[in-house]
Amino acid sequence: MPSVKHALLFALLALANVAAFAAPEIQHWTTPNGARVYFVPAPELPMVDVRVLFDAGSARDDAIPGQAALTSNLLNDGALSNAGELGADEIADRFANIGAQFGAGVDRDTASVSLRSLTQPAVLQPALDTLALLLQRPSFPAAAFERERDRTRVALLAQAQSPGDIAGKAFYRALYDTHPYNAEPTGTEASLDLLTRAHLVAFHKRYYVARNAVIAIVGALSRSEAAVVADTLIGGLPAGEPAPPLPTVEALAAARTIEIPHPSAQTHILMGQPGLRRIDPDYFPLLVGNHILGGSGLVSRLSDEIREKRGLSYSSYSYFLPLREAGPFTLGLQTRNEQTGQALQVLRDTLRTFTEQGPTARELKAAQQNITGGFALRIDSNAKLIEYLALIGFYTLPLDFLDTYSRQVGEVTLAQIKDAFKRRVNPEQMVTVVVGGGATESSH
Amino acid sequence: MTYKYIVAGLSLLLSVQVHAATPSTHEYRLDNGLKLIVREDHRAPVVVSQVWYKVGASYEHSGITGISHVLEHMMFKGTRKHGPNEFSRIIAQNGGRENAFTGRDYTAYYQQLEKSRLPVSFEMEADRMRNLQLKQEEFAKEVRVVMEERRLRTEDDPESLTYEQFNGAAFYNSAYRNPVIGWMDDLENLHIDDLKAWYKTWYAPNNATVVVVGDVEPEQVLKLAKKYFGALKPASIPALKPRNELVQTGQRRITVKAPAELPYLLMGYPVPVLKSASPDAAWEPYALEVLSALLSGGDSARLARHLVRDRQIAASASAGYNLTARASDLFLIDGTPARGHTIEELEQALRGEIRQLQETVVSEAELSRIKTQVVASDVYQRDSSFGQAMQIGTLETVGLDWRLMDSYVDSINAVTAEQVQQVARTYLIEDRLTVAVLQPLPLDPDKQRPAAGAAGGHNAIR
Repeated sequence: MPSVKHALLFALLALANVAAFAAPEIQHWTTPNGARVYFVPAPELPMVDVRVLFDAGSARDDAIPGQAALTSNLLNDGALSNAGELGADEIADRFANIGAQFGAGVDRDTASVSLRSLTQPAVLQPALDTLALLLQRPSFPAAAFERERDRTRVALLAQAQSPGDIAGKAFYRALYDTHPYNAEPTGTEASLDLLTRAHLVAFHKRYYVARNAVIAIVGALSRSEAAVVADTLIGGLPAGEPAPPLPTVEALAAARTIEIPHPSAQTHILMGQPGLRRIDPDYFPLLVGNHILGGSGLVSRLSDEIREKRGLSYSSYSYFLPLREAGPFTLGLQTRNEQTGQALQVLRDTLRTFTEQGPTARELKAAQQNITGGFALRIDSNAKLIEYLALIGFYTLPLDFLDTYSRQVGEVTLAQIKDAFKRRVNPEQMVTVVVGGGATESSH
Repeated sequence: MTYKYIVAGLSLLLSVQVHAATPSTHEYRLDNGLKLIVREDHRAPVVVSQVWYKVGASYEHSGITGISHVLEHMMFKGTRKHGPNEFSRIIAQNGGRENAFTGRDYTAYYQQLEKSRLPVSFEMEADRMRNLQLKQEEFAKEVRVVMEERRLRTEDDPESLTYEQFNGAAFYNSAYRNPVIGWMDDLENLHIDDLKAWYKTWYAPNNATVVVVGDVEPEQVLKLAKKYFGALKPASIPALKPRNELVQTGQRRITVKAPAELPYLLMGYPVPVLKSASPDAAWEPYALEVLSALLSGGDSARLARHLVRDRQIAASASAGYNLTARASDLFLIDGTPARGHTIEELEQALRGEIRQLQETVVSEAELSRIKTQVVASDVYQRDSSFGQAMQIGTLETVGLDWRLMDSYVDSINAVTAEQVQQVARTYLIEDRLTVAVLQPLPLDPDKQRPAAGAAGGHNAIR
């Protein structure tokens, strides 16, 4: 491959440029009522992205799964303005009339709302005013509650016909037996029946408060303009209390296999354990190690063993999803029903070999080159940058997280990866979920 | 450098004015016919490089459906210089991300890299443009991967399965009747020699467009392109038969039965696109674009407002139109009924919305709301260099001019309320409608519903 070497040489000569690319400086302050603000100016385009996160994800669902999601879902269905109650239509028009884009959603840890708007004041200010109403004075109209609860029931049916969704739900249930991460964000048929409008009002009152909020802002604004954004959105919220700490996730006591029949052509396999916290001493060794095992697309070990060598699956992967408390470590694939046994064996063997022997020096170097050499790609747009800003803010990562990212990846050693996987991943105590098998005899 | 000054929101007192420079874009053609388009985006020290080939599912004939997509997979299996999967390893080691995608009208390959690594991308793309090794052993494995992909995306997804059979019913002669991933039977009978012939026919510099967007100097990129792609030999590219769709003369309806929990409705009307619109009706695709936004451009649009929130007949409903297709296409409307409502009620409600568009001229306020959103979105899109490259590549590959992306806002702003009504009346008509209904079969056959026998099951699930 002489010609490629030539190109690589060209690239190496240019490495000085790479080193010169610094991550943007993050400006951080706290509003008078206690919300933490994170801001990066991006003057190139006349637009701004805003993300407000509350520690109000489905881990806060308590006994009734689905309430965090429905609370978030109903924010833009009604709000009390000084001129009277705004309905869903008026709220939607207010954003659309000025080309602003609103979004809201939950995951296990967070409930977040997002706004994308042009920065000219005649547009930005009304967009912020409307968003502030939704956050501070949502009215949770009874009719909208019934409608959205019904739509959630339809969403549950959509999940019930998807083998991938069925597997994902069973996987979380098995990993987080009694932990709040057990709560299914969409809710269940039973929990939706129990849920009332009053639950949402109470949930909002408890968790949508300033001291439980983080605001990330990226866009063509000055620091003082960004401060106005934060104050407009959060200034009218009560200070409140931060959400209490979540319990620690307990390790699995034993291996467990869950088989769920489904009339699909493929069987979906998920395997895993509770894995990584967002702030975790093993964060970088596990991140880099997993990159080699199953986190780097077509060049990972799992992809090589399962797809490249054997043609068993279109998609085979592994990942750590770091959460406040230990998020899942997941390995997955889908294969034609008849090949399930073989695919599962290769998946297990690949994981076992990796945890026992660790990566090779060559694999480690390639992974580090991939992650650090492509660092600029992680933050090359406002949309990507605000994701990182939101993470840094919500999980209180160091403000220089992006600056030191490449260095920390580069410093990971073979021994650290091997050690971290030995301590944190136990191939003999995995949850394995198998969904599929195809139509049974009686269907023909 | 030009500035745009656009006033919208006529009846809303607010005007969205955008002062954003149109990015500097440069077009070149090498002696061997390769087209190069470079757009500067200096916000971050990165570059996206895409190679677009004028070949895709709509170039295929019956019996070899899916071949463009299988070949896309095989393009990662090496050349004389590089072993299987080595392209991917080299890109990864250079900090890059890469992949490829196949559509009805194109096959494209891309890398995203730190800007100094662009030569790595060019060298490998040039190599596999003419020197691919198609080996039986690799093909045998990869075609099985594609079959797994088909099971994942289509066979086990009842809505996707419905969409596939819907296209087969809506298109008779048009090449859009076949699925991009191919029919399973065709995949099972595909031969390595078919792929060799397909590669030889379509993979040549004079059938390709290289699109580069990022922190680059256009003249430098041209120099690199000449260095790596310049020596490649052009080929004689066959002319495509038009395969114009015949004029539909009556409504068509199909039912798809599959194990599912939810019914699903899909409706389509044949419509022109930019490429197929007659010169004196070049505004029509833009009017259809506005029509689509009126129906389903977000929470304020009519389907969400009327059918989901007000009448609560739909759990979800949307409209879709792709004005950059290579050939005349369909205006699509789909939806899932809300609890307690039937597919029939949903269909009647959707048709009611269409009638409304035909009978009543849209208000200036509603129209300007759509236009304001388009103006804003045009700015938002510039946040993604990959998205910009996609737009350029798509337009060029279907035989349109990439400059259309920069005149898009003006073209939408020129659409009148009467034109929106006119396209609704001309195209969304009863006799040209195709309807597909997904009728759920029980997931658990032991709990069979009386109305849904097992008889249809074999058709849906292999």
